[in-house]
Amino acid sequence: MGKHNFGYFFHEGISNMFSHGFMSFAAIGITVACLLIMGTFTLVAVNANELLVDLEKENEILAYVDDSYSETAAKALQSKLEDLDNVASVTYISKEQATENFAARYPEEELFQSLDPEIFRDRYAIKVADLERQSATVEQIENIPGIARVNAYEEIAGGFITIRNVATVVCVALIAILFVVSVFIISNTIKLTTFDRREEIAIMRMVGATNGFIRWPFVYEGFLFGVLGAAVAFFLQWGLYEAVSRGVANNDTLQLIHIIPFQQLWIPVAATFAGAGIVIGVGGSLSAIRKFLQV
Amino acid sequence: MIRLKDVEMEYDNGTRAIQGVTLTIEDGEFVFLVGPSGSGKSTIIKLLTGEVEPCAGRIMINGFSVSNIRERQIPLMRRTLGVIFQDFRLIEKKTVYDNLAFVMRAVGAAPSEIKKRIPYVLELVDLAGKANSYPTELSGGEQQRVAIARALVNNPNTIIADEPTGNLDPDRSLELMSLLVKINELGTTVVVVTHEKDLVDRFGKRVITIDSGHVINDSVGGYVGGRIHG
Repeated sequence: MGKHNFGYFFHEGISNMFSHGFMSFAAIGITVACLLIMGTFTLVAVNANELLVDLEKENEILAYVDDSYSETAAKALQSKLEDLDNVASVTYISKEQATENFAARYPEEELFQSLDPEIFRDRYAIKVADLERQSATVEQIENIPGIARVNAYEEIAGGFITIRNVATVVCVALIAILFVVSVFIISNTIKLTTFDRREEIAIMRMVGATNGFIRWPFVYEGFLFGVLGAAVAFFLQWGLYEAVSRGVANNDTLQLIHIIPFQQLWIPVAATFAGAGIVIGVGGSLSAIRKFLQV
Repeated sequence: MIRLKDVEMEYDNGTRAIQGVTLTIEDGEFVFLVGPSGSGKSTIIKLLTGEVEPCAGRIMINGFSVSNIRERQIPLMRRTLGVIFQDFRLIEKKTVYDNLAFVMRAVGAAPSEIKKRIPYVLELVDLAGKANSYPTELSGGEQQRVAIARALVNNPNTIIADEPTGNLDPDRSLELMSLLVKINELGTTVVVVTHEKDLVDRFGKRVITIDSGHVINDSVGGYVGGRIHG
């Protein structure tokens, strides 16, 4: 591309876009809709994943030591627990420490402040590395001689894993479907433009214009559709995300869920939208112009 | 130089448009290509511009072998040609200047070159004052002169005019043909496809007559051939 052609291509691209106002509006609109749906599902998946990571960090399995074990014998179990695959950390909590923790949890209950440590068991607080493998790890802990009982909140972990997996699958499927739909619609929009300009294209070919020269204005047009669609979708996504975040924060039940602030996400969101918008726009225009370039 | 050797052309529907055509047009010649409708004149034009490929035979145009040309060389071959159509084929939403500028841009001309060349070519076709007019504001004769200017603007070796006077009255046709003769005298090879016997006879140039896909006559002087139906 000659340097003096850049301005011409850009001018032609913009001019094409405005001369087919309604179709351009439709192409940008469909790009916005597709990016917004893709973005929303991706952000749900990202937040579900973040919750899962938090849960992995917070989630503790409590393994109670058999009453018949002395403190020394109980402490000896630590190395066996640490040797298990998927165990991130193991903390020994003696009966006395457990009694203090319990009392501290209920400071207003006088009765709990003077409990006999003997009613508690020695225990281990265990954190797992991968929440998805928690059930298997619990089973391994239960099989260690000297471990009487194991408490783990597997339903909660399982729920988050399901949400993340569903969101990821739906996200990937929607991205694939919407990507194809967007390319198809933009391709058809640009086909209308090319149809309108077929005489011009025929003359260009007749005087010896290369396919690249003919193609560039349409590529710019698609590029502009993509960039404008991405910009509009980004701001709508931002507004939507903030509204949902506020809704979650103000809800008594849902406020326990930590939503990642948009300020931490805007750069990848903007970059992904811009990239996807440009690929959709340029891909659509190249697909539209292809048949007009056959010699 | 244009050279066709034993060229055959058959369309997908089985029509044998060209059969064993052999002819040579030297650089700087002025040639009328005449013949009745359906004789194969338009197919020869399409073969010369690379729009269709021959089924057999060889075609050489200005140093390019069209019969086995690579796709990316077709634009380069077309830059050696300037084509004029019966229906002018100007872009109505562009001014006369822009109609010419856009074909110069299409072959990568620099803006300074475009600014210099267009006034010269418009002067040549006697349209110097019409640069900012739109095609719809011009008469048929003026529109065809814009088409000639467009064909000339990239300084081609050869001008191919396909029925250029078909939409013009006799006076304008004569004017236009005189202009093509003037362009030829400046060194450009000119091939005019026409069926207007009076015009052909008047200019006394080389006439190649085509009928049923064959060259039936190639001589200097006037129109030879029985049927003239347009």
